[in-house]
Amino acid sequence: MRHVLAAASALALMAGGAYAKELNIYNWGNYTNPKLIEKFEAETGIKVTITDYDSNDTALAKVKAGGHGFDVVVPTHTYVPIWISEGLLAETRPDQMENFKNMDAKWVDVDWDPGRHYTVPWQWGTTGVVVNTKYYSGDINTSAIFLDPPEELRGKINVVPEMGDVMVMAIMYAGGEPCTDDKEVLKKVHETLLNAKQHWLGMDYGNLEKFAKEDLWAGVNWNGSTFRMRLQNEAIAYGYPKEGYPLWMDSVAVLKDAKNMDEAKAFQNFVMAPENAALISEFARYANGIAGSEAFMPEDMKTAPEIVIPEELKSAGKFNGTCAPETQALYTRIWTDLQK
Amino acid sequence: MSEQATYRPGELEAEAQAADNRNRWILALPAVVIITLAAAGPLLVMVVYSFLTPGDYGNVVWKFSLEGWMNTLVQRDIFDDTLIWADAHLSIFWRSFSLSLITTVLTLIFGVPTAWFIATRPPGKREFWLFLITVPFWTNLLVRTIAIQELLRSEGVINLILLKLGIIDAPIQMMFTNFAIGFGMTYVYLPLMVLPVYAAVDKLDFRLVEAAHDLYAGRWTAFRRVILPLIKPGIIAGSILVFIPSLGAYVTPRVLGGGKNLMFGNLIELQFGQGRNWPLGAALSLMLMAAVMIALMWYVRVTSREQSDG
Repeated sequence: MRHVLAAASALALMAGGAYAKELNIYNWGNYTNPKLIEKFEAETGIKVTITDYDSNDTALAKVKAGGHGFDVVVPTHTYVPIWISEGLLAETRPDQMENFKNMDAKWVDVDWDPGRHYTVPWQWGTTGVVVNTKYYSGDINTSAIFLDPPEELRGKINVVPEMGDVMVMAIMYAGGEPCTDDKEVLKKVHETLLNAKQHWLGMDYGNLEKFAKEDLWAGVNWNGSTFRMRLQNEAIAYGYPKEGYPLWMDSVAVLKDAKNMDEAKAFQNFVMAPENAALISEFARYANGIAGSEAFMPEDMKTAPEIVIPEELKSAGKFNGTCAPETQALYTRIWTDLQK
Repeated sequence: MSEQATYRPGELEAEAQAADNRNRWILALPAVVIITLAAAGPLLVMVVYSFLTPGDYGNVVWKFSLEGWMNTLVQRDIFDDTLIWADAHLSIFWRSFSLSLITTVLTLIFGVPTAWFIATRPPGKREFWLFLITVPFWTNLLVRTIAIQELLRSEGVINLILLKLGIIDAPIQMMFTNFAIGFGMTYVYLPLMVLPVYAAVDKLDFRLVEAAHDLYAGRWTAFRRVILPLIKPGIIAGSILVFIPSLGAYVTPRVLGGGKNLMFGNLIELQFGQGRNWPLGAALSLMLMAAVMIALMWYVRVTSREQSDG
């Protein structure tokens, strides 16, 4: 009898679960504020499940393969046109949603999604250089920090193995434009990278604590991650290379085959509310694209040198487009050659 | 004459044997099906993919091409389009291959005495030592690798102790060196060597060693002519168990070596990820498999020949 009861109640629970509203989010690891999700669940009664990925390509390959069960994905701007042209995203028209009025005007007509018919800003940031100022006191607003390293920093440099960002920085250092296929420029890039590599110690992700504990003194890194490093070690500073540095934005998109379409749209609308966008930034320490969210952010975000780009270096930051497949193949060859 | 007399001797046994065989096949069927689906299926997909054209944003286009296979060995020069050896692929392959060899040798050097030590303890104590050997398996590989970092880093345990004792005046750079990779790989794969060698030593009949000594064999001769041939199956099994996974290892080399130089596993991953060249990735992984098979066949042949010669 007891077994029957147990089975019956289990069935009832499962049935209940199936009727409750759900949302499956596929996002970068260590990127979603648990408080944001709690707030969304409390306000809407939708149960949220988050699954992590570690690269744009992983996410793209998995969703393309089908049978993933996700509703929402957060690709980087260079990948958004790919997701759209591959027919993977639903045209949810965020521009007609209630909270759209909060989106900062400069993020509305973006190259990767003009007029915002598919995506909503999650966070945006820069890729620059990190330097421990205890060991080097010269100018840090230059890619020479890792491409022609000063004597003091040699052998203590880490470059994140993010091909897109590193290639763009090296190309701009050599005087070219992002996504160039100019062989002269690329030859210079190839040479510069190969020469610089002998002074690098590593090429790895997740170095927060190695920088904090001073195993590493300089390198290529993202602004929000450097912010988190500085909170653990005051000598760490972030530089915006004057030769040029990449800007990027990750955006919330809804998949065409989402099972929970209404819930996914509700989430897009939800993250456009200033108090919610502020929660996103408070956790990962990057800026978001929602006007008025500053008012809800922790005090140290408002003046952080990693978030506020110095006026004279603003123009050096560039959003790189989606490179042509043949150009991408050339970059992969240079990248492989660099690590052989 | 009765009916039974028409049976020829042995016929009943043969029938029973056949039924037994049939039963065994039926019992083994689920395993065979799973192995076929899970191992042969993906392998077949890889073979097919390696002969296709890469899609613009990953995946493949259904157009036959030999480019993937060709590019494993020769490539167009990035700058002047001449055909050159794909030296990047070859040197990365060599890096992985030599690292696996070194790891195998190091685990042999450290593993055989350990296995010998355990096998010669009193029977009741052996479980305890074996238990200790398996403890590291309880934790995730990445966690253990990161724990090794704590030992090796500039302000890590080893450097701090050496500094305190006044043996060195400045921290030694151990993290992100080949030493760190070798250290980590040996530690990670050591149990895979110890366990099969232990099983072989455990079965060793020590009276044979005594007999060797009675026949005036010295310690070294007894080891080389008697013990080594008897525990050789364990050593072969251990070497294979260590060599194959080290060839594809990339977590340990990346975390401890700093990831500045690619391992073959990373190279394959690159093609399926940022490189968006799945056919090349498929061809490279099949090439790796072929290399493993050739190396193993050679190894087994050489070692078994020695055994029959000895």
